[in-house]
Amino acid sequence: MIHSLFLINSSGDIFLEKHWKSVVSRSVCDYFFEAQERATEAENVPPVIPTPHHYLLSVYRHKIFFVAVIQTEVPPLFVIEFLHRVVDTFQDYFGVCSEPVIKDNVVVVYEVLEEMLDNGFPLATESNILKELIKPPTILRTVVNTITGSTNVGDQLPTGQLSVVPWRRTGVKYTNNEAYFDVVEEIDAIIDKSGSTITAEIQGVIDACVKLTGMPDLTLSFMNPRLLDDVSFHPCVRFKRWESERILSFIPPDGNFRLLSYHVSAQNLVAIPVYVKHNISFRDSTSLGRFEITVGPKQTMGKTIEGVIVTSQMPKGVLNMSLSPSQGTHTFDPVTKMLSWDVGKINPQKLPSLKGTVSLQAGASRPDENPTINLQFKIQQLAISGLNPPLFAKEDWP
Amino acid sequence: MSAAPAYSEDKGGSAGPGEAEYGHDPASGGIFSSDYKRHDDLKEMLDTNKDSLKLEAMKRIVAMIARGKNASDLFPAVVKNVACKNIEVKKLVYVYLVRYAEEQQDLALLSISTFQRGLKDPNQLIRASALRVLSSIRVPIIVPIMMLAIKEAASDMSPYVRKTAAHAIPKLYSLDSDQKDQLIEVIEKLLADKTTLVAGSVVMAFEEVCPERIDLIHKNYRKLCNLLIDVEEWGQVVIISMLTRYARTQFLSPTQNESLLEENPEKAFYGSEEDEAKGPGSEEAAAAALPTRKPYVMDPDHRLLLRNTKPLLQSRSAAVVMAVAQLYFHLAPKAEVGVIAKALVRLLRSHSEVQYVVLQNVATMSIKRRGMFEPYLKSFYIRSTDPTQIKILKLEVLTNLANETNIPTVLREFQTYIRSMDKDFVAATIQAIGRCATNIGRVRDTCLNGLVQLLSNRDELVVAESVVVIKKLLQMQPAQHGEIIKHLAKLTDNIQVPMARASILWLIGEYCEHVPRIAPDVLRKMAKSFTAEEDIVKLQVINLAAKLYLTNSKQTKLLTQYVLSLAKYDQNYDIRDRARFTRQLIVPSEQGGALSRHAKKLFLAPKPAPVLESSFKDRDHFQLGSLSHLLNAKATGYQELPDWPEEAPDPSVRNVEVPEWTKCSNREKRKEKEKPFYSDSEGESGPTESADSDPESESESDSKSSSESGSGESSSESDNEDQDEDEEKGRSSESEQSEEEGEKKKMKKRKKVPEGQREGSSSDEGSDSSSSSSESEMTSDTEEEQVEPASWRKKTPPSGKSAPAAKEISLLDLEDFTPPSVQPLSPPTVVSTSLAADLEGLTLTDSPLVPSLLSPVSGAGRQELLHRVAGEGLAVDYTFSRQPFSGDPHMVSVHIHFSNSSDTPIKGLHVGTPKLPAGISIQEFPEIESLSPGESTTAIMGINFCDSTQAANFQLCTQTRQFYVSIQPPVGELMAPVFMSENEFKKEQGLQGGR
Repeated sequence: MIHSLFLINSSGDIFLEKHWKSVVSRSVCDYFFEAQERATEAENVPPVIPTPHHYLLSVYRHKIFFVAVIQTEVPPLFVIEFLHRVVDTFQDYFGVCSEPVIKDNVVVVYEVLEEMLDNGFPLATESNILKELIKPPTILRTVVNTITGSTNVGDQLPTGQLSVVPWRRTGVKYTNNEAYFDVVEEIDAIIDKSGSTITAEIQGVIDACVKLTGMPDLTLSFMNPRLLDDVSFHPCVRFKRWESERILSFIPPDGNFRLLSYHVSAQNLVAIPVYVKHNISFRDSTSLGRFEITVGPKQTMGKTIEGVIVTSQMPKGVLNMSLSPSQGTHTFDPVTKMLSWDVGKINPQKLPSLKGTVSLQAGASRPDENPTINLQFKIQQLAISGLNPPLFAKEDWP
Repeated sequence: MSAAPAYSEDKGGSAGPGEAEYGHDPASGGIFSSDYKRHDDLKEMLDTNKDSLKLEAMKRIVAMIARGKNASDLFPAVVKNVACKNIEVKKLVYVYLVRYAEEQQDLALLSISTFQRGLKDPNQLIRASALRVLSSIRVPIIVPIMMLAIKEAASDMSPYVRKTAAHAIPKLYSLDSDQKDQLIEVIEKLLADKTTLVAGSVVMAFEEVCPERIDLIHKNYRKLCNLLIDVEEWGQVVIISMLTRYARTQFLSPTQNESLLEENPEKAFYGSEEDEAKGPGSEEAAAAALPTRKPYVMDPDHRLLLRNTKPLLQSRSAAVVMAVAQLYFHLAPKAEVGVIAKALVRLLRSHSEVQYVVLQNVATMSIKRRGMFEPYLKSFYIRSTDPTQIKILKLEVLTNLANETNIPTVLREFQTYIRSMDKDFVAATIQAIGRCATNIGRVRDTCLNGLVQLLSNRDELVVAESVVVIKKLLQMQPAQHGEIIKHLAKLTDNIQVPMARASILWLIGEYCEHVPRIAPDVLRKMAKSFTAEEDIVKLQVINLAAKLYLTNSKQTKLLTQYVLSLAKYDQNYDIRDRARFTRQLIVPSEQGGALSRHAKKLFLAPKPAPVLESSFKDRDHFQLGSLSHLLNAKATGYQELPDWPEEAPDPSVRNVEVPEWTKCSNREKRKEKEKPFYSDSEGESGPTESADSDPESESESDSKSSSESGSGESSSESDNEDQDEDEEKGRSSESEQSEEEGEKKKMKKRKKVPEGQREGSSSDEGSDSSSSSSESEMTSDTEEEQVEPASWRKKTPPSGKSAPAAKEISLLDLEDFTPPSVQPLSPPTVVSTSLAADLEGLTLTDSPLVPSLLSPVSGAGRQELLHRVAGEGLAVDYTFSRQPFSGDPHMVSVHIHFSNSSDTPIKGLHVGTPKLPAGISIQEFPEIESLSPGESTTAIMGINFCDSTQAANFQLCTQTRQFYVSIQPPVGELMAPVFMSENEFKKEQGLQGGR
């Protein structure tokens, strides 16, 4: 299956390599660099690159390319899914997954990778088990390690691998038993220039942080489970029970995990809680254009909209923009032609706006393209799908 | 942070990590030496007694390995620590060992004894990790040790150790592929394991070592299906993709009736998928329309697989979802495939790499099953933040999904896309519009107008792409579009992209009669700039000149000659050739070439419009979700997805409990009896066809005609074909008739059983056949476990009728079933015995079975024709005797060795209808009346392979069963020695030359 893994940073240095079978020379990455050059942008590097003797499958996250080398037929998603799992594991271990962090923790990283695959086939990918095998670094432990000279290798044997619930380690003990559930919903919409919604979808996840003693068996029910028409679960959730009763029944892993993610399809009408008024025009005669956008709230059920960020890719002909925002800060990068405006909170009484002029290349004709505007925002404590948070979480454990 | 001490020291070592990067660069000698020195102090640290120093050294070494630096010269120093007490040091030593053992094989052997000790440890985790490291050491010398360790671990108490054993199998196999046979034994053993922990790993080993041994799966099929949901995600992916292949070889196509529908008008075709509820209805309609088709009933095992994989569509792992999706796409009836669409659309919200793979697969699916994704059309709309490669794939899907009803919305989307800043994407959009226009006639004019508007776009690439697409569209209905062609002609002044210029020229040439005035002028301009044009444009200029010359020679004669003369001296030989060729064709020479008279026909023949097709068409011959599918090329180690079998192989092979076999055999045997008696085979077809729709009438007619019964075989999809074959067999065993005469009366009594009982509920059937089996002194305890499809049940009653006879006959009869038919055994023992017997069978085939009855044949070269398990006790081998076949000199004589390893006699062995490639013929061996248990016999048959190495396929029939077998001759077996004198040889040799 997976032969080797190379971690490559954005400047093209291979800063970590791991082989699970015979060693594959790092020159195999030359094919990857070729493809990278051709793609110009990192997102456009094809995830699968065939070379004469190997296939390179890569994912790009946190400005690092994770390139897996395989030799024989294997479902590509199998490898891609695994690579993402590796990144998630690193994130879980170190908080962030970046080049300096990986370099600082190279031994732990190497050991974790060693445990995750055996001969290229995934062995232990559950973070609960991995953490039992190799302890994640913490500041306290680092201090202790420096003094005592011990490592992060777990000294007990990884019994979790043997249990029927491989995602939960045994012998968990807490003095304060607590469980938190966090419902995060993302709304994703395409809106045309007249302001009508072309498509809108809601994607939600329920993240959990469970700190309970022993082997708790939890059930969780929703007020309106019918909303969740397309759900995917953490392996701990019992499918059958959901199918028949629409109740989530599970033995949770210890610590943080994603319990389920759901998708509310485009068919249901979605009310977008925010709107953008725009007036962008370029004139042929002068090399100037006008630019004005205003952001305002809409159906927020009394909640404030926070963390609003507006980005827009300007056409190539734009030389510079002189704009003045009513609030927040804005930047325009004349090289990438990217305008970004960090608005912050929206005050419904005084709507934030950004006005100004656009200077175009002299002599060049009016650009054909319409700039697209991307708008990001956050609303606390509002489930846009109308999903009511779990009514009760009953805990049965001996 | 954890490794901070090690790392910081590493940094502080000399020049920091930067220095280390150059460490193995021979060019930087100075640094190399310091690097070398540093290794010395590492060695020192490893030699001390302090664990903390050792640990520090190991950490630094592992960090070096991780950065890809060479640390192999430390091998001896590190290996010494393999027995270190400190578990942390030990772990890092293992990491080092696995990495470098291959390069330092001799030294690596020093560590082996430690692992061997570990294999005996009472703690399962230590046993497992010892095996894991031992098997990861790629040193060929220890292959026997590994083999032994794997075998032991495979029967370990702990499932975790067994899992590790499964992991070790592919490692050993890659080290030494000669161990395959032994490894297969281990795999077979582990496949029988009932724990979820082992299942995924052993199937992975199976896929890597012996994916062709599909027969190993039979017994474990149901178990795997049931365990599937509890296996870990990675194992699920592997198991699902293996089961997809398995199902393709073992079950009938669920779409066999629908495939006929596909030939019908499209409406019916899409209707059946768009509305699941309609599905069955249209199937029925088809069945009614085609009364000769047999009704399809899904094998319960097939259904089991579909049912058990469905919940996995909600897995969090994209790989699992994709695996289930491809399984449904390849195996499910059309009406059920729809369920995967929602899950796949959900994956589109995942990481862009996942999207990329999923969209590729959706693109392929959407060509075949458009209706499936139509409700999700909007999910494929493009976001400005998508990477270009995702945009283009989404565009592909949108184009595939476009139809009469949704085309307006799709086109509106496309209009927005054209204004995008991403030029590659714009070009792809224009292509997509072209494809929509060709596929959907209604919008062709709209699209064309839109594209023409794009011609005034300022971006040249957009214009060029539009021209190319317009050219293709115009070819479909040129007459109305003179205006557009004129417009295009004007563009030649501005547009520089060669492909676009060439397209315009071709259009003007092709439709010069629509633009009689402009065409010569364009040619004039092009002649002027000819030398500066690209090759592709030059070729089209010649083309244009030739066409104009033929239609309007008055105006263009000189121009044409000028162009041709220029072309004659062009640097490119293609252009020179083309010029020469064209000149000969169009300019009438003195000889009055026959061709030039037809030049007009040649150049101005009506040309078929191009078909704009998706590049994803026909990709579905690769298993979806596979790497090969993604690359559209066969990847190494790709296992072809086999086509559905014409006829279902025996489903009873999957039965684990033995008493079921008993029942099958009874039933079949009994049916056979009845068969020959009612020789009017035609009468049978009536009842069988109606079988599914109307069980009562079937059973009625059955009983009237005193049970044609037969059919059914043991295959649950009782097919007409099966029945026909049965009859054939039946006819050939006329000798049985007298017995059946008696039976007939009993059967007639029996048919008084109320018809209602046979309606097909399993309980009815259970009682029915249990009564029959009790009569025949055989048990059918396992009736409940055997979930058989309806049609199968319907066949049961007739068999019941003949039950009384079975008892006597079973003594005389040749029974082709294995031991269990006499003593029902408890399931677990049966598995082991059959396994043991299986192995016996394997070894037997290697040595000659019995002294041949015929002229002595060399035991070597004996090949298996039918394995004793597949043949249900009948094992058949063949050898090429290398003797002339007495009947026909062109035939190769083949000795067929039969041996009966069941404990019932096998009757009426003969060759059934061969399906032979052209030229190949078979001289059958005389029918073997009976082969009693344990007995072996040999027959000679002649095959004329027609001097080719094509396989001769034929059926080997016993009275109850038929087996498809094939003999493929090696080239050497087709030659015969001939004695001739030297002169004769030369004469023959002379004849060979020049022919």
